Amino acid sequence: MAFDILEPGLATSVQDRGRFGHYNVGIPQGGAMDQLSASMANALVGNTAGDAVLECAYLGPRFTTDADTVIAVAGAPVTVQVNGKPADQWTRLSLKAGDEVSFGMLSGGTRYYIAVQGGIDVPEVLGSRSTYTLGALGGFQGRTLTAGDTVPVGAPSGSPSPRDVIPEELRPAYAKKVTVRILPGLYDHRLTAEGMETLVSTAWKLTPVADRMGLRYSGPALEWKPRVQPFGAGSDPSNIVDAGYAIGSIQVPGGKEPIVLHRDAVSGGGYAMVATVISADMDVVARSAPGTLTHFEPVTMEQALAARADAAKVRRAVWG
Amino acid sequence: MSHAPQHLDAARYTWGGDEFLFVEISESMSLAANFKANAMAARLSAREIDGVVDICPANASLLLRFDPDTVPPDQLEALVRQVEEEVAQLSEQTLETRIIEIPVWYDDPYTRETGARFRKGHQRPDGTDLDFAAEENGLSSPQEFIRKHHESPWLVSMVGFVAGLPFMFQIVPQEEQLEVPKYLSPRTDTPPLTVGHGGCFACIYSVRGAGGYQMFGLAAAPIFDPAQKLPDFSDFMIFFRPGDIVKFRPVDEDAYKAIQAEVDAGTFTYRQTPVTFDLQKALTDPTAHNRDILEKLNGL
Repeated sequence: MAFDILEPGLATSVQDRGRFGHYNVGIPQGGAMDQLSASMANALVGNTAGDAVLECAYLGPRFTTDADTVIAVAGAPVTVQVNGKPADQWTRLSLKAGDEVSFGMLSGGTRYYIAVQGGIDVPEVLGSRSTYTLGALGGFQGRTLTAGDTVPVGAPSGSPSPRDVIPEELRPAYAKKVTVRILPGLYDHRLTAEGMETLVSTAWKLTPVADRMGLRYSGPALEWKPRVQPFGAGSDPSNIVDAGYAIGSIQVPGGKEPIVLHRDAVSGGGYAMVATVISADMDVVARSAPGTLTHFEPVTMEQALAARADAAKVRRAVWG
Repeated sequence: MSHAPQHLDAARYTWGGDEFLFVEISESMSLAANFKANAMAARLSAREIDGVVDICPANASLLLRFDPDTVPPDQLEALVRQVEEEVAQLSEQTLETRIIEIPVWYDDPYTRETGARFRKGHQRPDGTDLDFAAEENGLSSPQEFIRKHHESPWLVSMVGFVAGLPFMFQIVPQEEQLEVPKYLSPRTDTPPLTVGHGGCFACIYSVRGAGGYQMFGLAAAPIFDPAQKLPDFSDFMIFFRPGDIVKFRPVDEDAYKAIQAEVDAGTFTYRQTPVTFDLQKALTDPTAHNRDILEKLNGL
C-alpha cells in the first residue's frame, strides 16, 4: 500500500531513529528531530520504535491512502483532518482506502510525526530510512516530498499497540521559554570567564535560522580570550583547526549568535565549540520554534547521565 | 626545512555532552598531529570497543561518539589514553595507503562564473579567487599558484563537513604551505566538485551547498556517488578515506569533457596505486618522499 501525496507541505521527510557509524566521512545521524514524539506515534500504531515515519515541519502534507490502514499523529500541536473532519492527535486513527488526511496550522512547536501501521517502507540506505537531503541520500529519493509522490507503506507486523492514546502527562511540552541543559567543554577554555557567564545567564532568542542542521540564537556577544592563532586555525579568535563537531555542540562564529548543531549537522569545521546540549535535551531544542527564549543551564557529566536515565524511563513508559 | 611542531605534547581530553569524547592532539595543524589522529583512530577501530558508535579522525584531533549506557565515559577515556600511549611508543611511523590522481580543470569558466556571483564583500572584489590566492602567497600570477597547487601531493587529513568532502594538507614544509583566508562571509552556493582552499587546507566540495573556501577549479570526476554507479564506488558511496594521498593533475576543457563522457558511460576509474606514507621521511626530506610516491603513480 502507499500514500499518494497531493500537497507536500513545507519540508516533509521520511525519518527514523537515524543512521549511525558514518559520521567519520561526513554523513550525519539524521533521524527524527524530536525522537520522543516520533516514537510515540509509532507506539500508537503497533510499530517498533525503529520504523520510519513522516516528519512534518510547520506546514503538513495533504495525502490519500490507497488501502485501509491505521495512522497516528504525535508532536507539535496541530489540527488534524480526515476527509475534512477534525480528528485527534496522540491517538490511533483508522483510515479507509481513499480517505484524505490534511492538517491545519501549528499552535506551538515546530514538527509533528505521522506514523502508519507497517512504517514508511522506503529502502534502507546505510542502515537507515532517514532522509539526508544535503547528500540526496535515504528517505524518499533522497529528498523532501513533492506533490505526486507515492510513498510506500510496509506490511503491518501484527503486533498489538502498547497503548491507545498517549496520556497528557507523557506528552512533551511546547513552551515559549525553555531550559536546555549543556555540558561545558570542547573549547570552553577559549572563552573568558565573562564570556562563559554570558552564555549561561542570557535568555537566548531562537532566530528563524533553524533547521535540521542547526539552530541559531540571538543575544549578546561572547568574549574570547585573545591569543596568537595556531598554524592552520584561521584568523578569528573563534576559529580552530577544522575539527569534528559533536552533535548538539554549540559554536559561536565570531563570538556572536550561538549555533546548536542538530541531527543533520555538518560533521566538522573551523569554529570553536564551547558546550554541548546533553542527549536528554536534544528533543527540547528540536521542539523550539523561532522566538523561543532559551536558557542554557550548565550541568556536570553525572547530571547529564542522570537526565539520560530519566529520559529512558519516559521512553519505557510510552512502550508500556 | 622542517615541519613545526614535530614534537607533540599529550593530547587534551574533553567531552562533547554525554555521547562524544573529543581528543585535541594539537592546537595547530601539522603532519605529525594528523598522523597521530589517524593512527589512534585505526587502533581504536581495530579494538572494536562495545558502545563506540563513530570514530572520526580530523586534522589535528579525534572525535568519538559513544553510548554511555554501554561504555561509561571514564572507562572510554582510559581506553583512548591507553591507545594514545601505544601510538606514542611506535618506532615506525608509517601508513599503508594509496596515491590517487585527481584531474582538475583549473580556472574554468564555471568556477569563474560562481566566483563572479559572490564578488561583493570578497577580499578581492575586482579579481578572481585565484588572483587573490596568488597575491596572498606572494606569487607572480594565478598560473604560478596553480602550478604550486598541483606540483606537490596532498594528504587527506579529514573527511567530512558534508558527505565525503576531503580536507587536504600539502606535503611540503610549513613555510611552503599555500595559505589563503576563507571568504569573509560564506557563499550560499558552491557547485559540487569545486576545488576549494581555506587556511592551509584544500578541499573538494562533494555536494552542492554553502561554502567559505576560495574556489580554484572543478574536479572532473565524482567523489561521492550515492547510486554507486562507477566501479570505484562499488564498495562504498564515498571515495576518500583519511590518509589517502592526492596528486592533482591539471586538465584542459577537452580532457575534462572526455572524462565527463567516461563518467556518463560508467567506465571512469581513478588512476591510483598503493604507497607507504612515512611520516619521518615526509618531515625530514619531503622532496625525496614526494618523488618516491609520485614515481609509483607515474610508473602505472
